[in-house]
Amino acid sequence: MTEIFDWVRLIPLFPFLAFAIILLFTQRNQKLSTYLAWVGIGLAWLVGWTIVFRAIADPHGLEEGFRAPIFTIPTGRGALQLGFQVDALTTAMLFMVPFVCLMIFIYSKGYMHGDPRYSRFFAYISLFATGMLGLIVSDNLLLLYIFWEVMGLCSYLLIGFWFEKPSAMKAGLKAFITTRIGDVIMFLGMLLLYSATGTLSFHEIFSEETLQFLKESTVWLPLFGTVPLAPVIAVLLFGGAVGKSAQFPLHVWLPDAMEGPTPVSALIHAATMVSAGVYLVARMFPIFALLPETASMSVVAFIGGFTALFAATIALAQDDIKRVLAYSTISQLGYMIAALGVGAYVAATFHLITHAFFKALLFLGSGSVIHGAGTQDMMEMGGLRKKMPITFWTFLAGMLALAGIPPFAGFWSKDEILAHAFEEFMHKGVASWPFFVWLVLSLGAFLTAFYMARQVFLTFYGETRSEHMHAHESPKVMTYPLIGLAVFAVFLGFAGVPEEFPVLGPLFGNNFFHHVVGHAYPATPLNWGVMGLSILLALTGLFLGWLVYGRNPLKAGQPDPMTKLGPVYTLLRNKYYIDEFYSKVIVRPAVALATLLFRFDNSWVIDPLVNLVGKVGVWLSDLGRIFDLNIIDGIVNGVAAVTGWFGKILRLTQTGKAQNYLLVAILTVLMLLGLYLYLPL
Amino acid sequence: MIPLSWFLILGAALFCIGVYGVLSRRNAIGILMGVELILNAVNVNLIAFWRYRTPDQLTGLVFAVFVMAIAAAEAAVGLALIIAIYRTRDTVIVEDVDLLKM
Repeated sequence: MTEIFDWVRLIPLFPFLAFAIILLFTQRNQKLSTYLAWVGIGLAWLVGWTIVFRAIADPHGLEEGFRAPIFTIPTGRGALQLGFQVDALTTAMLFMVPFVCLMIFIYSKGYMHGDPRYSRFFAYISLFATGMLGLIVSDNLLLLYIFWEVMGLCSYLLIGFWFEKPSAMKAGLKAFITTRIGDVIMFLGMLLLYSATGTLSFHEIFSEETLQFLKESTVWLPLFGTVPLAPVIAVLLFGGAVGKSAQFPLHVWLPDAMEGPTPVSALIHAATMVSAGVYLVARMFPIFALLPETASMSVVAFIGGFTALFAATIALAQDDIKRVLAYSTISQLGYMIAALGVGAYVAATFHLITHAFFKALLFLGSGSVIHGAGTQDMMEMGGLRKKMPITFWTFLAGMLALAGIPPFAGFWSKDEILAHAFEEFMHKGVASWPFFVWLVLSLGAFLTAFYMARQVFLTFYGETRSEHMHAHESPKVMTYPLIGLAVFAVFLGFAGVPEEFPVLGPLFGNNFFHHVVGHAYPATPLNWGVMGLSILLALTGLFLGWLVYGRNPLKAGQPDPMTKLGPVYTLLRNKYYIDEFYSKVIVRPAVALATLLFRFDNSWVIDPLVNLVGKVGVWLSDLGRIFDLNIIDGIVNGVAAVTGWFGKILRLTQTGKAQNYLLVAILTVLMLLGLYLYLPL
Repeated sequence: MIPLSWFLILGAALFCIGVYGVLSRRNAIGILMGVELILNAVNVNLIAFWRYRTPDQLTGLVFAVFVMAIAAAEAAVGLALIIAIYRTRDTVIVEDVDLLKM
């Protein structure tokens, strides 16, 4: 049993090799790059699914998890052992991630056809796949963080893939910087956790002793005094999820990230990378649930619920087909986070999996629409149902799944979240987070159905609103992945049908998903009232959408009926002006500070100091020059002058007159005579 | 008798006058005249010493005759030199003949 699990080490390796080989060797050969990338992700998919099916065959064995250590980093007193593992959560992720990636890789061949940097695209998405696959199989927080950052890098590279467009470059930077803020907070949480427990390995953190120790530990914070440690760690780690999963207030990067190619949007910003934040919270769920009455759960529930509703309202007023889906993603991620915040671990994970499939489907579908229709503005589209049938039907499947219509996948997962929230709310009463979550998510479900109906009717029904539309269906390499994903969007939900559901429950293994993933957690009982209400809300939303957009499809030049909401519509369309707010309050001061520091460095202090030092050096050298010229040369010249002066004096003795010479001779004789006579020699 | 010292003083005085003449005369012939004085002073010295010390020997006398002969020869040569210089330099003032090359 365990031999195949050893192969888990290879799963991130295959796409990484594809990345390296493409980047180094096959950049010019588009065909070869494509096949290399496909082989890389394909092998990861095969190994992944083999492991998944082996694991499902023995769910109880998953409780312990299988560990494959890779290497050890000595750190100070101890050592960090890094490696990979396979447990229940990993299995669920391994089912989804490689397959969705593979579908998108296949699709990309058609979508990126003709792009001058085609091979590089495949290299980048292979690296990204490495990051995501590595993330879900890591067995400790440090390795998880490393892969987390790899994905952040790829996100930047891929959003700004068409870097000739300044908007794309700005979007890439915005994504990277915003998620970085979350990453720093997460890292603080990791540091705190490590300093408290001495380990970052999941296996060791979630052991009984460590959890008990964390439950009792406290930490002193400046404003709050002595508080329990676990919620502080949980909230800090959650910061990373807020950034990566685009929750309020760090959601601003995701809509702008739509500047990237649509396969990127599908891969990174719908299915995999943004779900990494949810995965993180799910993975660290024992710490979050350790002290449920504290901030750890309430912060999560609040932000998740708020984001879910908030983003759904913005989606109502967007015209760009990808922006609607972007805000929808933010909203759905809010659903998952909120679910975790009320303790619905299994429901959140289930929704994560199903959402990945149908959101990727919707994005790829929108890419197909963009490819065929040549525009991203829904107000210019219309009537594409007849021209692009496969795209239409698969998109419809995705839409129904997202809206939560039974028996599609999204219904089962969304309903489980709502049921869990409702049940918690029954226990705790109205003034509790579960009530807030239930209320907000139900409203969100209504809005979701409405804006998706709006999208479908505007895009596919009625007549074309643009004269230049030459819509055509996309090539097979793009439509086949749509069909593949649509199958899951339709049928995957059945893996999580609650036990008590007549006929279907027992048929599909009594909530098979719950068995595999959430074995340790109690199953949410089926609540017919909640289920009925959510179906009603979804159908009402769809009906309203049909009423406004479907009954009399908009003609060219007609304004969007949403504009009738007046100032509300403007507020929603401008995303509540949050970007402008951030720009004024955060970006401008930061730039001003940077300019100030630049002036400090360049004009006022540092450079003048350096120049002053230079000037002093020059002055000193001038001094030296004076010294050298005047003194040294003076001495040298002086010697010559003295010699000349002596010469001048002595020359006077050479008069040329014989009498003078004779005088000298006589004087000398007299002197010698005197010496001879008076000196005792 | 007249003391010897008086002759020596005479000789010395003549010598000094002669040296003074050699050193200070501008005319070359004047210098020669000074030289003659010096030589004669030497002669006086010699004769004085001969007469007062060894009058019976001829050494002093002969020495003085030698000096006189030398003086004569030397005067002739000196005058020949002066004439030669006069022919080229056109002057007998020794002050003006202070360069080897004109």
